[in-house]
Amino acid sequence: MSKEKKDTVIDKSIKRKHKLQAKGVKVFYNDFMAIKGIDMNIRANKVTAFIGPSGCGKSTFLRLFDRMNDYVDGFRMEGEILIDGENIYKKKVNVEQLRKQVGMVFQKPNPFPKSIFENVAYGLKIQGIKDKKFLQEKVVASLKQVALWDEVKDDLHKSALALSGGQQQRLCIARALAVEPSIILMDEPTSALDPLSTAKIEELIYELKEKYTIVIVTHNMQQAGRVSDYTAFFYLGELIEYDKSKKLFTNPEKQQTENYITGRFG
Amino acid sequence: MNRIKKNRLKDQIFKAWGIFCTLLGIVLLAIFIGSILVDGIQRIDWDFITNLPSRKAERAGIYTALMGSVWILVLTTIIALPVGIGAAIYLEEYANKSKLSSLLEINISNLAGVPSIIYGLLGLEIFVRVIQMGSSVLAGSFTLALLILPIVIVSTREALKAVPKSIRDASYALGASKWQTVSRQLLPASSGGILTGIILALSRAVGETAPLIVIGALAYVPFAPSSPMDEFSVLPIQIFNWISRPQHGFEVNAAAGIIILLLITFVMNGIAVYFRNKWQKKFK
Repeated sequence: MSKEKKDTVIDKSIKRKHKLQAKGVKVFYNDFMAIKGIDMNIRANKVTAFIGPSGCGKSTFLRLFDRMNDYVDGFRMEGEILIDGENIYKKKVNVEQLRKQVGMVFQKPNPFPKSIFENVAYGLKIQGIKDKKFLQEKVVASLKQVALWDEVKDDLHKSALALSGGQQQRLCIARALAVEPSIILMDEPTSALDPLSTAKIEELIYELKEKYTIVIVTHNMQQAGRVSDYTAFFYLGELIEYDKSKKLFTNPEKQQTENYITGRFG
Repeated sequence: MNRIKKNRLKDQIFKAWGIFCTLLGIVLLAIFIGSILVDGIQRIDWDFITNLPSRKAERAGIYTALMGSVWILVLTTIIALPVGIGAAIYLEEYANKSKLSSLLEINISNLAGVPSIIYGLLGLEIFVRVIQMGSSVLAGSFTLALLILPIVIVSTREALKAVPKSIRDASYALGASKWQTVSRQLLPASSGGILTGIILALSRAVGETAPLIVIGALAYVPFAPSSPMDEFSVLPIQIFNWISRPQHGFEVNAAAGIIILLLITFVMNGIAVYFRNKWQKKFK
């Protein structure tokens, strides 16, 4: 498939260089200021890693892009978050619609206490899709995409809770992919997994970036170096440094970044 | 005596005290049930359950009271269930954590502690007089529904709270609305807990006497109710009535009635325990 053809097949919007943008973003939890004014552009079809010590605001910042902070008590935001140039915090934005476009994978694998099939089909079913053949095809395709199909193809109607942690996390990724998002947010997706499962997820991330814009929060510096194209270092609610991963990990501009990646604090 | 021996002795003493406390309740209940069984078991037969009330103790049965209790149970469930669960879902999933909602919460907990006779007076004024339902099964059911509503709300909220937050996150992140998350994930996941709470609340309702006496339930009803607007009696009132009579035959009847009432509540509690155990397994 030629490059042009591929682009039109996937989505026209990804031709825009900056898929996600933050403009003067501040976040408050009641009186506490968690994000202290961040401007940032995140590139389409790249993997961008957020690193920084616990409590630096990187998870909060990540969750702004699918408005998952909305239900948190005392949450308030200033500034703009843009996806494909559209401010997603405008009043008339349909949050449910937005979240279909932005998939999310959480720190701890969180499958529903239902069957494997029901887990993957859930996102489609809530859109009102009832066509059994379509659902079946979509579930199979999504499971194949995360390389879980061979392991579960005979157990589609068994409880998802019976899977191992790594399988559960891949199932959660398949579940997110089934609704065809263009962006995938991952909040420390491997922190609860063993090294082997972690390697599988990282491999998967590498494959997925062809089609998706991926943002990943991680505590694991090696992981950020391995999977990401760009890395952003956060500290105390501020974006300290943001650059190509190669550059940031080998030759950081700021002293704070260097201290952190060399393990002198955090 | 050294310190270790002393501590061990204290341990033994407390253990003995604990066993005594545990046995106290069980033994007393066993004695009570035993004496009731001795008094009443020979009186229980099919006739006792299907006979209408009578002035002669040996011919009197609990049919009308039993049917009254069944009517009350069914109608109370129909009224309290949707209202209680609805309120709980709202408070737990929709309401913002504001001062108003914490005020509401405190009030609901307080309502659970209000003496049942007060609910009877409320029911008498509102349902019997203002809405003019009369001393009907329906008025009784509304009154008991009010009585158990706080219990249903509190236990439903506990069951919803027990569903991990990560399930909500997962559902919302896939683009589900609040109602889709509640109806497709939270209610199925918490149904065991909700059911347990409701059954326990109903087993309390079936034993209530005071509020029903206040709203005018009768001790003697010649026929079982055939519509929600009929007059009625219930088992506890029937038992209370029999026990207050001088003839020995009615005492035996009362004991037999108590056995039936206990049986109903034990069965209901048993079902509740079954669902609770089944539900607890789900998240482990």
